[in-house]
Amino acid sequence: MRIYLDHNATTPLRPEVLAAMCAALRDLPGNPSSTHAEGAAARAALEQARAQVAAAVGAAPGTIVFTSGATESNNTALAGCLRAAEAAGRREIVTSCVEHPSVSEPLSVLEERGWRVQRLAVNRDGLLDPDVFAAALGANTALAAILWANNETGVVQPVGKLVEIARARGVPIHLDATQCIGKLPVDVQALGVDTVAASGHKQNGPKGVGLLYVRPGASFEPLLRGGPQERRRRGGTENLAGIVGLGVACELARREGSERAARAAALRDRLWEGIASKIPGAQRNGSTQAMLPNTLNVRLPGVAGDVLLEALDLEGVAVSAGAACHSGSVEPSRILLAMGLSEQEARSSLRFSVGHGVDEAQIERVLTLLPDLVARVRAAVP
Amino acid sequence: MVAMSGGVDSSVAAALLVERGHEVVGITMHLAGAGSRCCSLEDADDARRVAETLGIRFFVANYTDRFRSEVMQPFADAYLAGRTPIPCVACNRRFKFQHLLERARALGATRIASGHYARIEEDPASGGRCLRAAADDAKDQSYFLFDLDQSQLSRIEFPLGSLRKDEVRARARALGLATADKPESQEICFVPDGDYARAVERLRPDALPGQGEIVHEDGRLLGRHPGIHHYTVGQRRGLGLSADARLYVTRIDAAANRVVVGAADALLAVRARLENVSWIVGEPPEGVVQARVRVRHRHQGVLATIEPDGKDGAQLHFLETVRAVAPGQAAVFYQGDRVLGGGWIARESA
Repeated sequence: MRIYLDHNATTPLRPEVLAAMCAALRDLPGNPSSTHAEGAAARAALEQARAQVAAAVGAAPGTIVFTSGATESNNTALAGCLRAAEAAGRREIVTSCVEHPSVSEPLSVLEERGWRVQRLAVNRDGLLDPDVFAAALGANTALAAILWANNETGVVQPVGKLVEIARARGVPIHLDATQCIGKLPVDVQALGVDTVAASGHKQNGPKGVGLLYVRPGASFEPLLRGGPQERRRRGGTENLAGIVGLGVACELARREGSERAARAAALRDRLWEGIASKIPGAQRNGSTQAMLPNTLNVRLPGVAGDVLLEALDLEGVAVSAGAACHSGSVEPSRILLAMGLSEQEARSSLRFSVGHGVDEAQIERVLTLLPDLVARVRAAVP
Repeated sequence: MVAMSGGVDSSVAAALLVERGHEVVGITMHLAGAGSRCCSLEDADDARRVAETLGIRFFVANYTDRFRSEVMQPFADAYLAGRTPIPCVACNRRFKFQHLLERARALGATRIASGHYARIEEDPASGGRCLRAAADDAKDQSYFLFDLDQSQLSRIEFPLGSLRKDEVRARARALGLATADKPESQEICFVPDGDYARAVERLRPDALPGQGEIVHEDGRLLGRHPGIHHYTVGQRRGLGLSADARLYVTRIDAAANRVVVGAADALLAVRARLENVSWIVGEPPEGVVQARVRVRHRHQGVLATIEPDGKDGAQLHFLETVRAVAPGQAAVFYQGDRVLGGGWIARESA
């Protein structure tokens, strides 16, 4: 029996989601853009999902655009906002040095084309300093783009403050909230943010579907053109079953709310307590105050994290270490390096992320396995 | 644990171990990064497909930083010191059979296997293990494995040692392995285009020697060279000399940044000095040993006496002249098809 502790990478589908998706695939053959009965039924399902998603993030349904995932949502938000800014002569972007590649890489391309991109440093806890953020915003700042909660470390940025600062300066702000739904309260309207990206598969929904919130009045242009879908904000026939699945996943997240987060935190805290008592020298990475409830990033001195990952995997436990490179091998996490950890510390770090389906017995089983595996890896790989 | 390069040989090695009922984990070492033929993205994908076909677990291990510092840069440094390196020996000893062996141990694997063509057998005489050339002469890779020690040999399997290459391919096809018809890799993996000089320039841009003289053995100045790393002992082509006689590189004098050339017979040697000599049994023999010595891969070998000299040096006396004995290459000692040991050819091999 496998123990899956990699819920920040992706999550299993909830049975309710699977059932709704199967029903959509089976019973809704129509194209939501068609006027006939089949089209209307498909459109009704699409709009129901939109309402479910909107409710989960505190938005009006009309502000939600469905995409193929958070990567597309991030790219769309950046491109949509920056074209208008460029026309207005503003060519500076403020972001952090701990962004997901779906934000940092498009920004690097802009940088090559002459944009100025300020990548703000984080402290050893992985947190941005709001004062530094404020100081970085200027008259030519076209956009601020911030990863709300980090996938690798679970560190949660002070987005309330950051959005407030950006709003006060008249700078549009985009948040990547991919890790947030179901783990943190997300209320985009109350926050006052301009655009927000998220995906389905990080919260027990399907892969290949995502959402983009666009505040009414925010500067926006579609990335994918090709039809009237999504009120002309995203062309292409909708991934209806995926969107229905995302809707149900969001509905579940909204209903379970803080209970889900509390349960994850209890499992995570028990895991850390066990590791701290059984593995001498173990340390947590990232702020313990501002962290996703389900994430535990630890460093185990003297342990090659990628080897321990493989050893755990062969014993039936799935975790994550660093970032997978193109060939599938593990490189030291650039997020941890950006937080000021040494390469050695980054290489000895491992991420556990819990979620639906993880129970206390599994955590205890991991705590039974881990000390021996750590000892074996330490002894074998100097 | 099987080291899977993504080629046909290691694929079949893994398949044979699965057939024998072993619990097998496949691993691809990500060594040289982009631009390398071996261990590239495509190779890792090929190895992964083979592992899926065989139903074994599979990982990709990242050793790019260490490979650069422990194999690629020493390769460049050797050229810059006027030697002709064979990085495959260091790669075998340090990566496949040290770093990977450690990883195997960490994962609870007791032994490591690869697709090398060589044989490891029990040696009743010593109680340890001996290394023998492969059954397929044309594919034999024992030359590259001469400096493995007993503790390594006791944990290594070469499942292909008794097979011929065509048998290995046939086996791969029969099993439907994705790599069955992959072409052979010949060049050094991190220099897939065979342009060693450019590789050296990329690896050590700050340490390049610059231009220097090309002189004849008799002292005449014949021309200039763009850097000694463009040359290797025994080389004839690409010297850029208009001399009518056929000239070969006979020596590379790194200290004087000079390439020395001469006629073919100036390349013939009867002696060579070796350093860092190692013996498969562990201890050097007492006194002088006679053996067939190969001074490069694909060299048939000539009879020579090996006279231990100091802690880990030796003097080689060939019983017939040998052409182009290049410093930096290995001299590997054989008795029959059995590897006794070997050493590195040192610079002053008069």
